[in-house]
Amino acid sequence: MNRLSRLAWWLVFIVGFLYFFLPLLGTFAFSMRSQPLFSAYAVVTDDPQFAETLIYSFIVGVLTIIVSIALIVPTAYWVRLRLPRLRPYIEFITLLPFVIPPIILVFGLLRTYSGGPLPLAGSDFGSNVLLVAAYTVLSFPYMYRAVDTGLRAIDVQSLTEASQSLGAGWLRILVQVIIPNLRVSLLSGAFLTLAIVVGEFTIATFLARPAFGPYISLLGGNKAYEPAAVSLISFGLTWIAMGLISLFGRGARTRVQVVGAR
Amino acid sequence: MAFLELSGIQKRFGETSAVIDFNLAAERGEFVSFLGPSGCGKTTTLRMIAGFEQPTAGTVAVDGKDITRRAPNQRNVGMVFQSYALFPNMTVAGNVGFGLRVRKQPKDRVAKRVTELLELIHLPDKADRYPYQLSGGQQQRVALARALAIEPQVLLLDEPLSALDAKIRVILRNEIRAIQRSLGITTVYVTHDQEEALSLSDRIVVMSEGRIEQIGSPFEVYNFPATSFVASFVGTLNVMTARVAGAAEGRLVMDGQPIRAARPVTIAPDGANVTIAFRPEMLSMGEAGANRLRGTVQDVTFLGSIVRIRVHLASGATVVSVDTFNDPNLTVPEAGAEVTISFPPEAVLVLEAPPAATAEDLIAEA
Ligand SMILES: Nc1ncnc2c1ncn2[C@@H]1O[C@H](COP(=O)(O)OP(=O)(O)O)[C@@H](O)[C@H]1O
Ligand SMILES: [Mg+2]
Repeated sequence: MNRLSRLAWWLVFIVGFLYFFLPLLGTFAFSMRSQPLFSAYAVVTDDPQFAETLIYSFIVGVLTIIVSIALIVPTAYWVRLRLPRLRPYIEFITLLPFVIPPIILVFGLLRTYSGGPLPLAGSDFGSNVLLVAAYTVLSFPYMYRAVDTGLRAIDVQSLTEASQSLGAGWLRILVQVIIPNLRVSLLSGAFLTLAIVVGEFTIATFLARPAFGPYISLLGGNKAYEPAAVSLISFGLTWIAMGLISLFGRGARTRVQVVGAR
Repeated sequence: MAFLELSGIQKRFGETSAVIDFNLAAERGEFVSFLGPSGCGKTTTLRMIAGFEQPTAGTVAVDGKDITRRAPNQRNVGMVFQSYALFPNMTVAGNVGFGLRVRKQPKDRVAKRVTELLELIHLPDKADRYPYQLSGGQQQRVALARALAIEPQVLLLDEPLSALDAKIRVILRNEIRAIQRSLGITTVYVTHDQEEALSLSDRIVVMSEGRIEQIGSPFEVYNFPATSFVASFVGTLNVMTARVAGAAEGRLVMDGQPIRAARPVTIAPDGANVTIAFRPEMLSMGEAGANRLRGTVQDVTFLGSIVRIRVHLASGATVVSVDTFNDPNLTVPEAGAEVTISFPPEAVLVLEAPPAATAEDLIAEA
């Protein structure tokens, strides 16, 4: 019985492994068809647009993470501390990006900000602001859940009251007591946000931003092997980011919160 | 003028009244305990002193200043929680120094004070540990040091020992008392453990269902309970109903058997029912005392140094507990044996008219 269940476990593991890695292998094999070997990769790294768009998306990702954390942490904290009855509603609101497709979001943004008192879509800077704002909304489900789970792991009320009785004000409580204890949650929320931002296509395209998502798609329209190479490289970068997170998280005692992705 | 003064405090949460007409005046340096069963409003009252709850009515004053409307971080009140509530991201030294850093004290002053406090709580070598590397007892000491670091005007402790095991609990409670005495800090200590309250306090506030039942020294509360609730909650007192037979001479009839109280009954006329109480340790097996009751042994329990014998009185309805010191030469009666128990008239406390509910009922409900 025990041996049988162990066998079954291995079977599941192998199937899962194949399901995950076969497409990668296929992509890799495909990218190798360009002659000479690895030439697809060389073209990609030689193309200045690759680095430019990737860096652009990376900067947008970091800004998105900062804005998202600045909005979500105080909100989730306050809801847990003082308005626990609002939690289901807040959770519902943060889940809206799963229900509303990005295309609707971006058209809404364009309609609202093309004219009127705030014609942001008209300028480069304004469009960047709109992009970060839209991505912040997209990050809500991940960031809110990560932060909320992190808050559940600490005794928010007692820690807050202990700080207050020692004379601390709200800003100090958030910065010195709450946020340091959310490190792992914030890292996992940040990582997911970065992953979405780097791959996002629809919103970046309609706002005409020089982002990585549109670049890959453009490449796919013109070339055969290079998009495969770029996919693998971005996949590799993803894993490096994950490694960084687990490295950061090692010191912390809170478990890494794996947040449900789409 | 008392140092800590609570006047006419009320607290309502929607429909529930958590605290009703709470009045207390504690002197500087006094150790006051709030004692009562779970849900009686102890924590709520403490949190109003700390500023975490606003009273629905009434005022809180410290050193003559009304602080009722002051924010918790403007009060200079130290708080120790049952759950320790140490900052997990900070070392022991970081935790203890937190309040001083908030007060913008220079680094070397903070370091010096932290060292002092860690010596006070007997953990001088743990400064660089994180809370999760300490035992529960050590964590609670650090929490105490953290609260004391800011030299608070009042120290508040909410069941600080409830999460610890029995041995540590006794050690730590003696340490808390010793530190409190040496610093002379005004302290309010919340507990549901009567032994803790009796052993620590200068005065005990016994609470039930949001009300104060009695305020008094441990001696007064234990020996002269004001109500049947206090009688049964503070110690396992025998609380029962008796009929007044001769009020002037203190003659009563309990369970059909006559007994005498040392003092005349003033609170009820002849023929009325009253509540009487006597402590298990005031009773003895045999015929030594002036009051004698006949009954049958129900069961015998060893409680370490004490043996508790529960006796059914003749009618069978009333059970009386008798405590005697454990002694190898003691002949313990068997369950079912016919016995006589006796006690002096001084042991009989006549309380108010028949109890609506005893503490046991309340505890059972809670
Ligand atoms: N924040 C709150 N909201 C509603 N009811 C509360 C709240 N805090 C306490 N209570 C109620 O007030 C009463 C007293 O509670 P508490 O002071 O915690 O009792 P204790 O500390 O003596 O166990 C209880 O009935 C409790 O349910
Ligand atoms: Mg309590």
